[in-house]
Amino acid sequence: MTGAVEQFAAVARGVSKEYGRDSGLVRAIDGVDLHVAIGETVAVMGPSGCGKSTLLHVLGGLDRASTGEVWLAGHRIDGVSERELARIRRTAVGFVFQSFHLMDELTARENIELPALLAGRSSRMARRRAHELLDSVGLGDRAGHLPSALSGGQRQRVAIARALVNQPSVVLADEPTGNLDSAATLDVLKLFKQLRGDGQTFVIVTHDERVAATADRLISMRDGAFIDETRLTGKTAGPLADLAGLDG
Amino acid sequence: MLALLAKEPSHGFQLRARLNDALGALGAEINDGQIYVTLGRLEKAGLVVVEWASDSRARPERKVYSLTAQGHARVGEWLSEVSWPKPDIAEFHLKLIAAATAGLSDPLAIIDAQRRALLRRLRDAQEAAFAEPAGSPANLLLEGIGLRLQADLRWLAACDAAWTKPAGKRGRS
Repeated sequence: MTGAVEQFAAVARGVSKEYGRDSGLVRAIDGVDLHVAIGETVAVMGPSGCGKSTLLHVLGGLDRASTGEVWLAGHRIDGVSERELARIRRTAVGFVFQSFHLMDELTARENIELPALLAGRSSRMARRRAHELLDSVGLGDRAGHLPSALSGGQRQRVAIARALVNQPSVVLADEPTGNLDSAATLDVLKLFKQLRGDGQTFVIVTHDERVAATADRLISMRDGAFIDETRLTGKTAGPLADLAGLDG
Repeated sequence: MLALLAKEPSHGFQLRARLNDALGALGAEINDGQIYVTLGRLEKAGLVVVEWASDSRARPERKVYSLTAQGHARVGEWLSEVSWPKPDIAEFHLKLIAAATAGLSDPLAIIDAQRRALLRRLRDAQEAAFAEPAGSPANLLLEGIGLRLQADLRWLAACDAAWTKPAGKRGRS
């Protein structure tokens, strides 16, 4: 099975995560199995507290599973040392958060460079990559701006560029449009679409139906478990004109 | 169609272009035949008149459509009407109740199937929106479609929560 696992960008096998003990025991995720194919976009939806963010943290090595196996880019990460985990996390995963988590005192370009420098790239390489990414997210002319001088949508696009700087196997996004208005959401969705076209893999936790609708696969969670899985690729649902009330 | 003619008398192909501007890719789903059939119906109803006209260059004559006085009055009435599409969700609601009370089907399975269909439609609406220029009238229409689908999906989430048995995951896997 190891060979099969290596063909996926991220894998969770029988993963549970518990907090507390005895009568205070909370099982945030409960025996979850997930295989994310390379180039696939998986959206995870569910009510608050269903365990979807915990799943994302466990998949990305920000949190340890209580039981089960977690694989990232062919590496099994559930049993590795903190040091090794930090190394894998820096290069194999990119994170995107609802509230951007940019460093206020660094420019857009410097924010993007930072994870590359931490991963041991030369400053020249990091800078070149940051400029490429700023161009690809449509912010080539904002390189020297501080986050405070950018709109919410622009900040999130910088955060997405930062997530991509080390060419991660998978980008894990937690409510990436949660703080954005409708137009900025559309910009971020367009960007995701462009990046998927380039083969990037995404796992996106979201409340936003618009984000979920762009995924290849949608997983619904409740009480720490998967309750439904929907494959969204494939044939269209019929003419849009019907939905607009156009009947000729 | 009448409203598109209110601006000035027009050829069929001019109406087509105005429809395309207003509706974007959705306009392309309406074929030329439908436009001419509709114009024919409006002519019979006395709302539109047709004349043959040619521009100054040596082109064959073409039909030019214009509104009659009655047609103008109809457009005025239409603009002042308060109308809004009916949400039509009672049928789905009753389907869930019938499925549950008669034990014919799992309401949650019906909700899942409906969610899949709505998400695919939302995806199609977004794909269409990506293809239209930002700020265009067609984009505004697609935003309306998207927002209605989101509202339906949120109601489905409420149905899902309500029909999920308190015991948790029974009936689902």
